Amino acid sequence: MVEAVMTKSPATASAPKPILEIDNLEAWYGESHILHGINFNVRPGEVVTLLGRNGAGKTTTLKSIMGIIGKRTGSIKFDGQDIIKTSSDKIARKGIAFCPEERGIFASLDVRENLMLPPIVREGGLSLDQIFDLFPNLKERLNSQGTKLSGGEQQMLAIARILRTGARFLMLDEPTEGLAPVIIQQIGHTIQRLKSEGFTILLVEQNFRWASTVADRFYIVEHGKIIDGFANSELQANMDKLHTYLGV
Amino acid sequence: MNYQALFAQLLVGLINGSFYALLSLGLAVIFGMLNIINFAHGALYMMGAFAAYFLLNVAGIGYWPALILAPIAVGIFGMILERTMLQWLSGLDHLYGLLLTFGMALIIQGVFQNYFGSSGLPYAIPDELKGGVNLGFMFLPIYRGWVVIFSLIVCIATWFVIERTRLGANLRAATENPTLVRAFGINVPRMITLTYGLGVGLAALAGVLSAPINQVRPLMGADLIIVVFAVVVIGGMGSIMGSIITGFALGIVEGLTKYFYPEASNTVVFVLMVLVLLVKPSGLTGRAA
Repeated sequence: MVEAVMTKSPATASAPKPILEIDNLEAWYGESHILHGINFNVRPGEVVTLLGRNGAGKTTTLKSIMGIIGKRTGSIKFDGQDIIKTSSDKIARKGIAFCPEERGIFASLDVRENLMLPPIVREGGLSLDQIFDLFPNLKERLNSQGTKLSGGEQQMLAIARILRTGARFLMLDEPTEGLAPVIIQQIGHTIQRLKSEGFTILLVEQNFRWASTVADRFYIVEHGKIIDGFANSELQANMDKLHTYLGV
Repeated sequence: MNYQALFAQLLVGLINGSFYALLSLGLAVIFGMLNIINFAHGALYMMGAFAAYFLLNVAGIGYWPALILAPIAVGIFGMILERTMLQWLSGLDHLYGLLLTFGMALIIQGVFQNYFGSSGLPYAIPDELKGGVNLGFMFLPIYRGWVVIFSLIVCIATWFVIERTRLGANLRAATENPTLVRAFGINVPRMITLTYGLGVGLAALAGVLSAPINQVRPLMGADLIIVVFAVVVIGGMGSIMGSIITGFALGIVEGLTKYFYPEASNTVVFVLMVLVLLVKPSGLTGRAA
């Protein structure tokens, strides 16, 4: 099933070559073996969502791609280049941007400094005006301390920050966690807009109903492995399995 | 009250405060970024003074170029120490860094003591800064006035860079979450090395400034570093502005104590440190852990 999903395009038979290919990825936190051979791919312009229970290995997968996990083996090919041994700063400079689950807003920096922190890695990043168009709240809070923002505003700041860089491959770790429904809706609109502008997005999410409004494909992560995968159009047909996988 | 003597002691206090501020600023920068209590700071301050001495006596390079060259040379030496030794302590308890840098200080001081003994080597005040000015209420040696003003300028410039520039924002962010900052594409290990070099360079600059006043001695840093650590603890570990203000303020307090109660002048800083630790353990301007 997983292989089928990996080779099948959700839209056309002549699917573009994957921009990200993960092959047999294993990762460790110290002595703890967390990922046990993850395989999946993401094609340019897609929104792919990793679903799974807490502790399944979704966040570790993103961190492994980003080079944040110290010990990892297997293959992570981005744009045809294997980046498994590349340091995280060089990975970022290849055009991968990461928005962590805890948002990573810096308390000692104001909103403007938080926004300007990541360096521009490629041309084509959003200008401040375009960012304020997406997230008007941020414009009013530019001089506030980053951590004084509401949870929703912090999430907007965390996403806005990586849009400036010019990276076209975004990894968002549970962007809706702990947010009010209206903010979740706003973030959904933002992701849809980014997708329409050609961004490729790898999403980790527990809220699969929300994820189904933005995702092209899903992969299910359990015990550090991809155990299933399907296109968004197959979601209804897989609902029973999904409930079992996620325990909902 | 003998005002002439009072102002003279205040000036001495301000001079000492300048050295405290420069050294504690370097310590604060290093602690903030590397999480290392740099016990080698006094030895590196001494190396700054010796670098100026060598530049003058070996290469014939005078005070003004030495103000730039000595901090750069010692800063590079510091960066080599960071790359070869200190970087391996990343993520470990503070104690390891403290022990390593303490050992480094002993080795550096020992080497200099072996070659130059313990007595001071003279370093002349540059011609442009010789003499003094009669202010009416006191006689101000020009060199000492220069040290206070120049130190203040360097401290404020350092504070400005760290608190008000993009580079400083990167440094502050990396202090909070180096892993994430690196994942944004910033080369954090290189930034850490450069920061250590900057902190060491500030210590060396203090050493050059000190050379004409205190002579050049292998143990000149060992005498000073304990007081400087007390200054950093009072100001708040890792607090840039706290280190600067506390450095100058404690120099003045020490100077006033020398006038009003000389017996306590060597201990007043430590008494204050105890009081601050009892009332506000994170220091006057530090954040609670």
